[in-house]
Amino acid sequence: MAIKDLPDTECVLPGSAACPGCPATMGLRIVFKALGKNTIMVVPACCTAVIESLHPHTSFDIPVMNIAFEAAAAGASGVEAALRQQGKEDTTVVAWAGDGGTYDIGIQALSGALERQTNFIYICYNNQIYSNTGIQRSGATPYGAWTTTTVGGKTEFRKEMGEIIQAHHIPYSAQTCVSYPEDLYNKLKKAKGIKGPKYIEIMAPCPPGWRFPMEKTVEMGTMAVETGAWALYEVENDKMTFNGKSKLILEKKIERKPIEEWIKYQGRFRHLFKPEKDVKRLKAIEEHTDQMWDRYRRCYL
Amino acid sequence: MTLMIDTGNYIAAKAAIMAKPDVVAAYPITPQTTLVEGIANYVKTGEFKGEYICVESEHSAMCACIGASAAGVRTFTGTSSHGLLLMHEMLHWAALARLPVVMCNINRVVGPGWNIWPDENDSISQRDTGWIQFYCSSNQEIFDTIIQAFKLAENEKVLLPVMISYNAFILSHTSMPVEIPDQKEIDDFLRKRKSKWKLDINNPITFGNIILPADYEKIRKDMQNSSENAKKLIPEIAKEWKKKFGRYHGDLIERYKCENAEYILLAMGAIGAESKVSIDNLRKEGLKVGLARVRTFRPFPKEDILKLGKQADLIVIDRNISVGSEGALFSEVKASLYDKSDTKVYGFIAGLGGKDVTYNDIEIICKKAIKGKVKDCEWYGLEGV
Repeated sequence: MAIKDLPDTECVLPGSAACPGCPATMGLRIVFKALGKNTIMVVPACCTAVIESLHPHTSFDIPVMNIAFEAAAAGASGVEAALRQQGKEDTTVVAWAGDGGTYDIGIQALSGALERQTNFIYICYNNQIYSNTGIQRSGATPYGAWTTTTVGGKTEFRKEMGEIIQAHHIPYSAQTCVSYPEDLYNKLKKAKGIKGPKYIEIMAPCPPGWRFPMEKTVEMGTMAVETGAWALYEVENDKMTFNGKSKLILEKKIERKPIEEWIKYQGRFRHLFKPEKDVKRLKAIEEHTDQMWDRYRRCYL
Repeated sequence: MTLMIDTGNYIAAKAAIMAKPDVVAAYPITPQTTLVEGIANYVKTGEFKGEYICVESEHSAMCACIGASAAGVRTFTGTSSHGLLLMHEMLHWAALARLPVVMCNINRVVGPGWNIWPDENDSISQRDTGWIQFYCSSNQEIFDTIIQAFKLAENEKVLLPVMISYNAFILSHTSMPVEIPDQKEIDDFLRKRKSKWKLDINNPITFGNIILPADYEKIRKDMQNSSENAKKLIPEIAKEWKKKFGRYHGDLIERYKCENAEYILLAMGAIGAESKVSIDNLRKEGLKVGLARVRTFRPFPKEDILKLGKQADLIVIDRNISVGSEGALFSEVKASLYDKSDTKVYGFIAGLGGKDVTYNDIEIICKKAIKGKVKDCEWYGLEGV
């Protein structure tokens, strides 16, 4: 599937209140192209609540239910059960949440819904921060990154949400990135055709949150993959497959680029370069990334 | 009609499935557990054909009910005490989203320390969430109120969730004979839910997105108007039930021997039931005391209370305490009378932490009030004081 062959379907209407260069909006467009209009979306507190624009208007051309921050997966469970009772099982139920609503406050409800085999697609668009509240640290924020609550740089590494999801042994989970719309589209299509819980996480570089120019969103996503900071993969019934450049990195057919090449363009890491290079922390980041890939190779090669 | 002898929780489970909810989502907590177990048994026997979602917390239970209700179907859940408190955020959400979820709450003490006995502080602390609140005094009333609650909640003029509270163990785990109507009669009384709006792919609407102050204020006012509508509908539905099934537990309040009463006792829940024995005894002694058992704390029956206040002095027993103030019912009763009646109101706190409140205790309370020797909001029977 090439970008030019993606369906014309547009469910994100003009008038959305997203920031320029917003990765969530890019992701949403692809999501609806893949899933079509027979979709109901459950959205917890996150940037998308703003993107929807103001009541009584909406920028979404599908039914959307907003719900509390920690509640997306549980709310979607209710929607899904109600649809089944009404014989509308052909409607795709999607929970669309940020990394805060997924890694942190919503992890309990998510784990519960996965364990209960809820027939839905849970999508986490991961911009590595609480962005809607103004750039605070989340469990997905990488080590060393500045946020308003990690002023000197985060002192902990991010959670491996993908591995937490895999521990639930659901039929399908995947990691993708807004910079690879075909990859995102194909993964959503595959998820739509599978019954039971599906989890897809989308790397979503956020211009104001990461402090990079708004026209660089796609590039930041591509760099995240090429440096190995983020891996594209999918897991079908416990069988893991790496995709695109991530597959080549895994198989050591290409070297991953240094993480430094990615983070030096992001203002959130500026303190690692100015006034002088923080060699120690930059080394820690590279080592941690190598450890992640070593673990991937041990487990999945 | 059949006669079923069972505990309040099993009776509630029976009522819940006879209302034919499409989705039940619940999480166990003592003393509500036998209610969810009861429903699980009906799943096994096939008598309950809806979805039963065994969620991982009460918060998720309410979220799932919200999701299902927004998708247009009938939903039910039950909880108690800490479970209700964990739901708090979503209680507001269900009410503001105007979703007619029906829930039983078994009134239980809030910790610490751990205590599973009856106390109404759990539900009283949810009074501003926008939920209609019933307090029951018998297993029959639990059954009848649950069925009526769906009809009330789903009425287009109301569209507010309903909480049916009853005391831990005194009702939840005590067997009483209860008349159960035939399913067909229930079906005639309570038709399938027709939602005014729902999550519908043919009519894609966004619910709950960002709203500016002026519109939000309208939503709040509409809730208030709907609650006033509920005040009118509760008696109508109760009358319809009486006509159809011959049973009546009162409307917003239940009046017992209030005729010619010079003193009227106000109480809720199981204390309200116990009070009837006390009233009989006091009447035998020649004391003109009546009972007004408050059935709905929200909407609050202020007009009824004002009428009572114009007739008699009022004695209020609260099985709750709003720390820093007084019993919640006491406060509300006084507020209902403010500037319209000079009647005396005597307030008592009793039975906190599940302490027994017997008919004898209630008689002592009434006599104390009649003598007029009561401090403002007195703690009855407080040991060591």
